[in-house]
Amino acid sequence: MSEKPQGATVAPERQPVADPMIKGDDYAEKYGFHSPDAAKNYFLKGAKGLSHEVVENISRIKEEPQWMNDFRHKSLDIFLSKPMPNWGDTKLMGELDFQDIYYYIKPVEQSAQDDWNDVPDYIKNTFDKLGIPEAEQKFLGGVSAQFESEVVYHSMKKDLSDKGVIFLDMDEALKQYPDLVKQYFSTVIPPADNKFAALNSAVWSGGSFIYVPKGVDVGASPLQAYFRINAENMGQFERTLIIADEGARVHYIEGCTAPIWSSDSLHSAVVEVVGLKDSYIRYTTIQNWANNIYNLVTKRAIAKRNATVEWVDGNLGSKLTMKFPCVYLTEEHAKAEILSIAFAGTGQHQDAGAKVIHTAKNTSSRITSKSISKDKGIASYRGMVKVYKGAENSKVSVECDALLIGSEARSDTYPTMEIHEDNVKIEHEARVSKVSEEQLFYLTSRGISEDEARLLIVNGFIEPFTKELPMEYAVELNRLIELEMTGSVG
Amino acid sequence: MSNTALLQIKDVHVEVEGKEVVKGVTLDIGKGEVHALMGKNGSGKSSLSNAIMGHPSYAITSGDVLLDGKSILEMAPDERSIAGLFLAFQYPQAVPGVTVANFLRSALLARRGDEKLMRTFRKELYAAMDALEVDHEFAGRYLNDGFSGGEKKRIEILQLSLLQPKLALLDETDSGLDIDALKTVSEGINRYSSDENGILLVTHYQRILDYVKPTKVHVMIAGKIVKSGGPEIALELEKSGYETFQSTPVTVGA
Ligand SMILES: Nc1ncnc2c1ncn2[C@@H]1O[C@H](COP(=O)(O)OP(=O)(O)O)[C@@H](O)[C@H]1O
Ligand SMILES: [Mg+2]
Repeated sequence: MSEKPQGATVAPERQPVADPMIKGDDYAEKYGFHSPDAAKNYFLKGAKGLSHEVVENISRIKEEPQWMNDFRHKSLDIFLSKPMPNWGDTKLMGELDFQDIYYYIKPVEQSAQDDWNDVPDYIKNTFDKLGIPEAEQKFLGGVSAQFESEVVYHSMKKDLSDKGVIFLDMDEALKQYPDLVKQYFSTVIPPADNKFAALNSAVWSGGSFIYVPKGVDVGASPLQAYFRINAENMGQFERTLIIADEGARVHYIEGCTAPIWSSDSLHSAVVEVVGLKDSYIRYTTIQNWANNIYNLVTKRAIAKRNATVEWVDGNLGSKLTMKFPCVYLTEEHAKAEILSIAFAGTGQHQDAGAKVIHTAKNTSSRITSKSISKDKGIASYRGMVKVYKGAENSKVSVECDALLIGSEARSDTYPTMEIHEDNVKIEHEARVSKVSEEQLFYLTSRGISEDEARLLIVNGFIEPFTKELPMEYAVELNRLIELEMTGSVG
Repeated sequence: MSNTALLQIKDVHVEVEGKEVVKGVTLDIGKGEVHALMGKNGSGKSSLSNAIMGHPSYAITSGDVLLDGKSILEMAPDERSIAGLFLAFQYPQAVPGVTVANFLRSALLARRGDEKLMRTFRKELYAAMDALEVDHEFAGRYLNDGFSGGEKKRIEILQLSLLQPKLALLDETDSGLDIDALKTVSEGINRYSSDENGILLVTHYQRILDYVKPTKVHVMIAGKIVKSGGPEIALELEKSGYETFQSTPVTVGA
């Protein structure tokens, strides 16, 4: 285990750059800091670049079963054979150099600890600063904290484990529950789905595995995972799989941040969610990436009979985000709810949206997408709803709202509807608006400063999203929006 | 300086969309005074009120407005508000997603400047709501979003009572109110009214003047004040309409 693969290097120490023009100084202080001790302390940092050798090393270090090793190599071949997407922001995607990325950094030798005191200080301090242990104590049912490629801390309340709930990092789950993992792994998102899913499948590391047994309800104590990128030119490829068995209920929350480096990093996760009969799954994401992160994530769920899957997806930061959470409604009375917000400032493109596939009768879906583009930011809504012939009596509702701040802000909408069944109810609404002068005047005439008034209006705009979050996250999100709003002309 | 009027409007001209809609209005409102500004639709009452509050679309092209003897023309709307000016809007804006409580909290915090002074906020808010017969549920509703005309007007007066400005411009606060609501709202205005503050009550009906007694009444036609005097003018208007004033020679000032 402690043998370092060939080509392991330790990069010379560099300081992150805080460019207040790109993102407020506050981001640098609160989230954009990096742990200067990390580079000295990494247990293992492979060389930059991608190859079968890199994939082999990752698999070997993790002591994986042969099927996973084969899966990785096959996935790499798929990745190498697939062209880059020819749609979306091809210019930004073109700037991504796959050979200039570290595909695997193992920060510490040990596997995930369940006591913060056993996590090395240089990592623990990072999570302390981000408020994770505090939130854990207050209201979470379980916490997982990933630093670079590996989960370094993991815990779950005893009452949940007593009920048979499994919440582990993916690597650990593969060791402890090989059959259960194998049964579902990559069944929702096969490597060939898209280039980035193939990449993740080849080099995945960390992420969460959750299994909630029949009838067990853990909805009231959310399970949270926090993904932290610390190194420059890092590639983080966590892999998450959630299974809610019949009648089970679960709420999973993920948060993500990274330091502000001068060169780009890549976050490319695959998230697979399986909602069996009568189950309820809510998956909440608040990502708050630094503006040098490529965030190219594939998220997909399957909802079986009378199951409900909800994606609550908050996209802040990053250079380019491409993320279209998807639900397949494959059995009767399955429901999908996809609620998302995206905030794009100068130098950012939030290409986000949603995808729902109705293949069964009496299924329903609701997509609510809100985007804010500020200054030279670009927000795109890309939506796809498909109703198969025979999916009678299904309901689809799509609502996209874009708010523009400043005369150069841009918002694009690419809604696609493929409806092959006549007996369906479809609603679609799209709006683009600006922060109105009349609203600003109304608020400022009460003594509220113009900046604050604009912030109130923007926070009001995303309120349908914010109100779905646990209170602590709602407060945090409003604060994040405040950071995004400060520091440049509206 | 001690007997300077609270609000001095000096030969104010207002332009909107390149058109002059207020054509030289002069008016002084002293402490403890309630002035009614009456006029038909389109005579320029709201334009004048909006311009005084600092609405960017309503430009004061000449003249001056002084609050407490100081010109406010260079001040932004929020500064005018903090200085003690208030406008109850004829058409209050909806701000979806922003609750009434959150909005009022921000407005009060802007004046008090200290979180510590906000501890009693809920109590103050509920007391003010009770006085105006506004259900507490409104604290959590989105500001003016889906409110009826009457509800919006009550919320304007709720703001008046919480913000306690030195000078209140009340633009058609009476319109759209049924008789019970008119009474409640008028009582709210009367509770606010004191020797220390002043009110410009803009209306085109004399109805509200049965409840809120004006010290002076001004009649505005086509951007100008054509007549000023005591409460009897309102009654005269009620009897014979605005037409009689059209031919009356202009009396400038109070
Ligand atoms: N925002 C605006 N844009 C264009 N014209 C306006 C605007 N506001 C007011 N006006 C015009 O100014 C004149 C006075 O209107 P207003 O001040 O609203 O009168 P009142 O409040 O007395 O009914 C009217 O001719 C009206 O059409
Ligand atoms: Mg008017």
